[in-house]
Order: sequence, then structure tokens, then C-alpha cells
Amino acid sequence: MKLNDEQQMLQDSVARLMADKGPVSHLRQLRDEHNDKGYDEPLWQAMVEAGLTGILVPEEHGGIGFGLVGAGLVAREIGRNLSVTPFLSTAVLGAAALSAGGSDEQKAKWLPAIAEGTSIIALAVDDGAKHRPERLRARVEGGTLSGEKRLVLDGHVADLLLVAAGEGDQAALYLVDPKADGVTIERTVMADSRNAARIRFDQVPAEAMADGAAALAAALRAGRAVLAAELSGLALEAFERTLGYLKERKQFGRLIGTFQALQHRAAQLSGEVAMSEALAMQALNACDQDAENADQQVLAAKAKASRVALLAGQEAVQMHGGIGMTDEFDIGFFLKRARAGGETLGDANYCADRFAALRGY
Amino acid sequence: MSDLEQFRAETRAWLDANCPEEMRQPLKSQADHCWGGRKWQFQSEAQKVWMERMAEKGWTAPQWPKEYGGGGLSQEQAEILAEEMKRINARTPVSNFGFWMLGPALLKFGSEELKREHLPPICRGEIRWCQGYSEPNAGSDLASLQTRAEDKGDHFVVNGQKIWTSYADKADWIFCLVRTDPQATKHNGISFVLFDMENEGVSTRPIELISGESPFCETFFDDVKVDKHQVVGELNRGWDVAKYLLTHERNNIGGEPPGFLKGRALGPLAAEYVGTEHGKLADAGLRADIANLEIDHMAFQALVGKIRAEAEAGQGVGAQSAVLKYYGTELNKRRYELMMDALGSEGLEWDSERTLGGLFAREWLRSKGNSIEGGTSEVMLGIVSKRLLGLPDA
Repeated sequence: MKLNDEQQMLQDSVARLMADKGPVSHLRQLRDEHNDKGYDEPLWQAMVEAGLTGILVPEEHGGIGFGLVGAGLVAREIGRNLSVTPFLSTAVLGAAALSAGGSDEQKAKWLPAIAEGTSIIALAVDDGAKHRPERLRARVEGGTLSGEKRLVLDGHVADLLLVAAGEGDQAALYLVDPKADGVTIERTVMADSRNAARIRFDQVPAEAMADGAAALAAALRAGRAVLAAELSGLALEAFERTLGYLKERKQFGRLIGTFQALQHRAAQLSGEVAMSEALAMQALNACDQDAENADQQVLAAKAKASRVALLAGQEAVQMHGGIGMTDEFDIGFFLKRARAGGETLGDANYCADRFAALRGY
Repeated sequence: MSDLEQFRAETRAWLDANCPEEMRQPLKSQADHCWGGRKWQFQSEAQKVWMERMAEKGWTAPQWPKEYGGGGLSQEQAEILAEEMKRINARTPVSNFGFWMLGPALLKFGSEELKREHLPPICRGEIRWCQGYSEPNAGSDLASLQTRAEDKGDHFVVNGQKIWTSYADKADWIFCLVRTDPQATKHNGISFVLFDMENEGVSTRPIELISGESPFCETFFDDVKVDKHQVVGELNRGWDVAKYLLTHERNNIGGEPPGFLKGRALGPLAAEYVGTEHGKLADAGLRADIANLEIDHMAFQALVGKIRAEAEAGQGVGAQSAVLKYYGTELNKRRYELMMDALGSEGLEWDSERTLGGLFAREWLRSKGNSIEGGTSEVMLGIVSKRLLGLPDA
């Protein structure tokens, strides 16, 4: 696919915004000062002003309804700069879930709040160390929720939790107030210096959605597709920084980029990154077009991007040599984010397994 | 109805009326492919009729200009024709190196005289071409080729040897890289010449491959007379034509090759041989390998689409063809490995009727050449690193 003019303009403006207001140095600073919120508030505010928080929110609820390709373009730049915001948790997962399955009342209450940046929403799906939404352990009975969730992105600062749980034989999302009695939130800073939380629910009131199953499916699909774009952007940046290093670092009296062993690895990595990016954009577009095989494409894109980002992170550290192992140098942040982003909403093995099932084998 | 819709309707009606039933069956093997040429023995009346009808429409070369025997179709029309042919499983009426390689070279570099002489017989399926590039001492380092063409006033005399000439023993004419200026630097003294394989002094010897088949030959030239007007492009500038064609060839090799796996999905094939448990392939490792291959293939196709779209916008494919060639062929080799994993011992049968004479094993072995022919994977990675990534020379 090729970007249309509107999408190209969005990409250009978001690229400038993220580079100016959300560079890697902010991630380092947030980590070093043990920031309470754990995200880049001025950047988030700038994204609110640019309308990006409402990128998936329909216009009638105060958003710009730009679609998943638009959200992917934002995520790509987030990936390149390792910008830290609640974009994924709130503007993507929250907006997609509520738009797809919220009641009129729920939409009217929460969607404008997402667009205006006044609420942070967190999606709680995983109830084990691995993402297995087909086998949820959290249960809802008689309107109350019990269970334990992990890797709840931005869970410790959320104003609303969207919790995946089983009721009868149906899995769905439920709205839960994080301040309700019976909710215990433990902030878990992850290896990529981002926020997540472990949250226990002990007989907590759970508000059903109009179609909680559709909300869960929409959130997972949107989240995986957008993460594929973020991870592809991350991989591209890690690759480009590494390519730059190959052209400036000298050993044995010559640039290390003249060594064929490194040239061929760089060439392979560049192709992998290009394929990851192309598939991510194609999958996002397939969702916007409601293509028949959109789910297959999204799973493929997430699997591919997870693998390629990790490969790019590993190759980046290796090709930078000793300096790549130091905390002072930024390249390690890309490897850490690749690992965490790859795990989020289903790792490559999970996505490949689901892909195979959809393909009928 | 838009013009394109009307074109689609007319095309569909014409194909329905003119494509023989037999030509709507999938190819059983490469042997069903119609190559055309003076020596071609049609496998059936239907194959002959289909080629002739399509040639008359100009649709054996849909996008070549009408005055040279082509169909004069636009890109969009050609896509519609391809879709409509696919819809009824119509076979490619005829194809050979004349269509894939020489035609595009002549259209870009050839004189009007050469175009009028050579393109129409290609379109009619009358002349089958082969390609004389590699030599025993010029493989990856193609430009070091030594076959000489000496200027004898009104003609050249060609002496030397080519190798890996596809189907040289079955071809009618050859397009050939020869050295016309031995004093010039290696890229500058090469010319791109055309001559008849029946000329005196041309001989061929098939090379048996690990697949047991012999699609390639050694080709020998012993004082072969070549008319001087049969030079494509400028004298001594044949490397420009060769490079252009290599790009073309790489795009073709990088695409889905013909053969057993064309249009076949590995999942159902594997299910047939390894069985299923709870709706999943009974071999978890194979299942994961197939899924990962299909994912990588989907990513590759997405990149192909993106590069083609950029090329249409005028940015040109250029060195990107090395990316496509590298990944396309490496993926194809993986597909054949997984096919063999899936088939088990049945895939190993070398001459049983059940396997059409060892088709599986032979195609698996043949696929190993994909990452060697038309520039090895290592050469492709070198092109990517230097021309696309700008990494310095040693």
C-alpha cells in the first residue's frame, strides 16, 4: 500500500513532534527520576493538542477518526523515538474497545475523555506470564469480578480499567473502577522502563459492556496491529543507528562497515526491517478496509515485527560492540523495548499459532 | 460502465469462448509448459490452438506494442487479463526467454530494425530464445567473460564457451554477451549480440543436475559468423543491457516460480501426509515452521507491493531488485524444504508413477539453484550493502 496525502502529512508532522518532544533522552530521564506517573506528561499534552489522542475516536465523540493506519503512523514514530506515553493503552486499546463494544452511555462518557486527554484507560487481559486470552482465569459472577491480571499497561495511573474475564462460557471486557474496594494495584516497572501493573480483583463490581466480546476482539486486533507498527519503527531506528556506526567506527585501520561479515548482516537486517514495516502497514490498512483476512494479517504482522525488532535490537548491540553494552549509550533501550513490546498482546509464537489456526492447519 | 469494466467483460467473454477446456487444467508438471519455437512438439491440439489464438490477439505479450505483435495493453488492462485468466485457470499460452528477457531488452535498447525482426516471431511462439551469459570462469564475476567476437568487416566471428545456458539444446536463437574490445576495462568492452543456434560452429552439451534433469547446457562457439546488425544497443555497451536484464531476471526469479508448489498451500498438503489432531497438524514443529514461512512470505509480498508501487510512481526498482531476488529465492528454498518435511518418504520416491517420476524430490533439488542463478544470494547482499546502504568498499 501507499500512503495518501493526508496520511503522508500526518506521518511528517508526527515525526517532527516525536523527535522534538519525545526523544529517547526523555525515557532515560523518566527512568532515572523514578517518575511517579512513569510517562512523558508534556509530550502527552502535546499529543492531545495535536488531536492524536483521539485518532481512533469517532468524530461525534470529539476525535478525528483517522483509522488504524493513522494510529500506526503515530506508533511508528513512537517506536523510533521510544517515546513514553499512554498512547497504546488509552488512545488505541481503550478507544478501540469502547468504540466497538461500549454502550451509548459508556461511549459518551469515556470516548471524549480519551480524545481530550483527561482520562487514562488500561486494558487488563493477561492473567498469567503469557498472553492467553482464549483461556482466561478471571471470572465474573453476579456482576462481580475476581482474578489477577498482569502486564496492565499504565495500570497504576489509570482512571478506568477494562478487564477481560469469563462469564459463563463467554469471554468479554468489563469496566472496573480502579478505586473500587477489592482492587489492589502493584506498579511493576518493566525491563524497558515502562509502566505496567499487577492488579488483584477481589469481588469487585464489574460493569458489562453492550458487547464485551466484540470490545475484547477489537482491542486485541487494534493493539497488535499498532504494536507491529511501533516495533517496526523501533527496528528501523535501531538499524539506522547501527548502520551509521558501521560507517564511522574504525578497527584494524579501516571502517568496520567494509567487512563483508558485517555488510551482509546489515543487508539482511535492512530487508527484514523493510518487510516488517510493509506488512504492518498492510495489516493496519486491512483493518481499516475491513478485509476478510484482516485478522490473519494482523497476527502475521505482530509475529513478524516482534521477531524483527528483537533481531534488530540484538544485532544493534552486537555490532556496536562494548559500547552497546553500556547504559550510557542509548542503543540498549531499543533491545529492551523490543523484548517488552514483543511480549505484549501475544509474542511471535503465540501469534504464529493463532495464524496457523485461522489458516486451517 | 467504465472502459476498464468493459474491457473486463469483453476479455471474460473472449476467454470463455476461446480457451480450450484442456488449457484450463493446472499444469501437472513443468513438462506441460508450452515453450514454443521451431523444435517445439505441441503436447495436444488444444495447446497449439490456445497459443495461436492468444498470439493473434497479441496476448502472448500483453503489454508489448501492437506493431511488434503484442497486445498494446495498459498496466491496468494487463492486470485484468491476468485476473480473468486466473479466474478460469487458463494456462500461460507460451513463454520462454524471448518474452521474459530479450523482449524487454529489445524494447528498451534495440533498433527499430531489430524490434521488427525479432519481436513478432517471439509473440507468435515461433522462435524460442536462450541466454548466453555465464562462462566457466565468469560466474558471479560475470563481467570477466572471455567469449570473443572479432570484427571481420561485415560480420563478427565468435569464439568461446558459455555455461548454464538454459535449454540451449532446445532453443532457436541466443542472446549472448561477447567481448568486442579486449583492450577496454572489463565492463566496457562487452557487446550484446543475437544469433541463430543453427549457425555453423554452435554446439551444445546438456549438464545433468543433482535433480537428475538437464535444463542447462554448456554451449560452445567455434568460429561462428554473426551479422553485424545483430548488436542490441551500442557496440561495447552491452553491459548496460546485461545489467538491465539481470534486474529483470532477478524480479522473475524472486517471484513465485512455476512447479508443484505454485498456488498450493503447504498447510493442507502437510495435513494430508502427517495427519491432524484436534484440528491441528499432528506435527507441532512442522506446523510452526509452516506458519512462520507463511508469515515471512506475507511480509515479503507486502514489501514487493510497496516497491512496485514506488516504481510506478517513478522511483524505479533499481537495486531493490537485489532485495527481492534474495528474499524471494531464500523463501522458495524454505518452502521446498517444508514440502519435503511434509511428504516424508513419499517425497523421496525418485521414479514412481505415483510421484510423476520423482517430481517432488527433483523440484526440491532444483530449487537450490534459485539462490545461485541470476546472481547468488551473496552477490545480492553485496549489492544491497553497497548500493542501498552505502557501506564502503574494502
